[in-house]
Amino acid sequence: GSRAVAQTADPAITELQPWMQYLGDGVDARPYGTPSQYEAHVIRRNVDWLTADPVSSVNFTPLHELDGIITPNGLCFERHHAGIAEVDPAAHRLMINGLVDKPLVFTMQDLMRFPRENRVYFLECAANSGMEWAGAQLNGCQYTHGMIHNVMYTGIPLRLLLDEAGVKTNGKWIMPEGADASAMTRSIPIEKAMDDCLVAFKMNGEALRPEQGYPVRLVVPGWEGNMWIKWLRRIEVGDQPWHHREETSKYTDLLDNGIARRFTWEMDAKSVITNPSPQTPILHSKGPTVLTGVAWSGRGTIPRVDVTLDGGKNWQEARMSGPSFDKSMHRFYFEFDWDGEPLLLQSRAHDSTGYVQPTKNDLRAIRGENSIYHNNGIQTWHVNERGEAENVEVS
Amino acid sequence: ARVSFVSVANAQESEAPEPVAGTVAQADAEPLAPARDGSYGLGREALPEEIAAWDIDIRPDGQGLPVGSGDVWTGEEVFVAQCASCHGDFGEAVGRWPQLAGGQGTLERKDPVKTIGSYWPYLSTVWDYVHRAMPFGDAQSLTPDEVYAITAYLLYLNNVVEDDFELSNESFAKVEMPNADGFKPDDRPETELTAFSGEVCMEGCKDDVEITMRAAVLDVTPGSDEDDAEVVETAVEAEEQAEAQPADAEPAEEAVAGDQPTAPEDAAAENEAGDASAEGADAEAAPAEAAEEASAAPDPELVAAGERVFKKCSACHQVGDNAKNRSGPQLNGIVGRTAGAVEGFRYSGAMEEAGANGLVWDHESLAGFLADPRAYLKGTKMSFAGLRSDEDITAITAFLEAQAE
Repeated sequence: GSRAVAQTADPAITELQPWMQYLGDGVDARPYGTPSQYEAHVIRRNVDWLTADPVSSVNFTPLHELDGIITPNGLCFERHHAGIAEVDPAAHRLMINGLVDKPLVFTMQDLMRFPRENRVYFLECAANSGMEWAGAQLNGCQYTHGMIHNVMYTGIPLRLLLDEAGVKTNGKWIMPEGADASAMTRSIPIEKAMDDCLVAFKMNGEALRPEQGYPVRLVVPGWEGNMWIKWLRRIEVGDQPWHHREETSKYTDLLDNGIARRFTWEMDAKSVITNPSPQTPILHSKGPTVLTGVAWSGRGTIPRVDVTLDGGKNWQEARMSGPSFDKSMHRFYFEFDWDGEPLLLQSRAHDSTGYVQPTKNDLRAIRGENSIYHNNGIQTWHVNERGEAENVEVS
Repeated sequence: ARVSFVSVANAQESEAPEPVAGTVAQADAEPLAPARDGSYGLGREALPEEIAAWDIDIRPDGQGLPVGSGDVWTGEEVFVAQCASCHGDFGEAVGRWPQLAGGQGTLERKDPVKTIGSYWPYLSTVWDYVHRAMPFGDAQSLTPDEVYAITAYLLYLNNVVEDDFELSNESFAKVEMPNADGFKPDDRPETELTAFSGEVCMEGCKDDVEITMRAAVLDVTPGSDEDDAEVVETAVEAEEQAEAQPADAEPAEEAVAGDQPTAPEDAAAENEAGDASAEGADAEAAPAEAAEEASAAPDPELVAAGERVFKKCSACHQVGDNAKNRSGPQLNGIVGRTAGAVEGFRYSGAMEEAGANGLVWDHESLAGFLADPRAYLKGTKMSFAGLRSDEDITAITAFLEAQAE
């Protein structure tokens, strides 16, 4: 390719810029720092027409603007069923009751005295990409794939707290419950509770944000986001599942024969190209082009992502970059020389179990179109000669 | 249900001694073990009355149900007063709020209607959810008898029981839901995981590729470039203002007037296009305009405090430009207006009567009402427990007064 040539000197260089001439804010001006004013477009967004009210609704992580694998705390998507509970940590308690030797109550201070661990995990809503079952609907990866975030949690292994109470031999399920106005509950099998669940109080080093469950939430690695109860106030141990609203009326997957799958806990392997994408078109003309995206699996790591530029006729392996953690988001890049012609971009994730991300039509063939949840189908972006991208489906 | 998942511990054990470049184990080098004889001795035992206060869950076998009862006709009364403003008198749904009745036999259709009667497998789910989370905005305010009554009425609306039915903790187990057999455990391991594993094609995988659908045609996506530019501009302005008045400046986020719609888990079943009207409009204080109305200029700090209090109201009420009636009437110009007088809103009989008898919303009547709506005006539809603090009441009154007609 040929390099650009300047005819006249760039005033950005020849003129002294104000930030180089005048003093800026001092160290006392920003006790809690926020991004540059020039990044004000990098925000969570929501979609007006999707629900009756923002209080029981979702917003979306701006995946198209992020890089690496860590989602900044203020950009992690939110999903609430009764708005954000503003909990006073001094008044917050965690109770464990039910089929235990000793029902217990902990204050936050008590919890800080248990050993803790650090893990990086993705949290994906089971309804992520749910609007897209019906076809290419929303024009941007923030909207089609943005019900996901990936942060480092610091928390107590749940098994330590359950052992402290002493789970009885017939204790086969737990029911975590939230302190918000929806008093969110789910049923979780004891094997998962004792395996890798955490009772977390920090995200990316600082306290959980209120909208992510401050002061304490449950972490259920690789499983549906709804199960990661926020503002966690109680864990009941029982011998049967509770079949509450969020595991019967909701978060069940209706198949086209009228029967629904229940307890579809694990999040399948999935990937999406975040750039180029409809909200981030290619702004340069032909030549070296960076394509990037993210991939994740609730069953393991992502050792490989394939990318196609021609809608699935030919694939090449992308370059993975950054740490590869179990049940965490992964970052891939694909550098290519763009010839300025239209592109049909897709990515396809392989997870460490050998599972390969299917197409939306593969999924529809098995599930029909009413299952709402667990849409992990391959995403296609059409890019035109001007570099503009659009959400499309292809044959 | 059979649990199938890869645990962290197993994943670590199966890794090769030489990890693949870039792969980092998440597990700690030495797994945590309890410090002493299996117990840390932290926390304290829960008292029975504490457990009783929080142990509100109900199971399909009825475990957890308190003693109580309610019949269909009492249920209708309670439902119309507490639930119908969102769910409709017959559970048919108002606006985008959930439909609770109907939809039987639609599960195999293109647009299935999933309600309590057509989809929910267990009645316990209804009792549990209504008690813990409803009414929306006043959770856990119903008595057990009221919950039994509402549940009986919902069964009646869904043609599961006759109108003479009474539900109690004793009759509970007799009720079987129409779709109790409509669920099966996750069968992805059998039907999908193997099918989607294995070798994949890398070259010459298709002859032709055609675009079969395009999102831009539907044009339902919020946030065009113009919106983004507006966001940047507004944020920059807010920063400049903040520099001029460092003490009291609002944070930049509140200056941004973006649409904030929401995506529910059942969005795919409701892919209605284009109705992106500003139903969720943010409320903005307008202290300057209010000064023309009131004899004294309203304190902007008080109005701002009132805006925060208004968050408790905003699930049902709107103010500002484009304010619409929703579960509750829009409140522009409410201070000084006769009660029950907003055009197009369906008030309770009690509220209409109060207005006809001369009730006007002034500082005093508002304070009385907002402190305890149902005590002040028996029969009101407003599901709100009340504002506890006088400061909140003063602030919200100032805020409402600042909302021009």
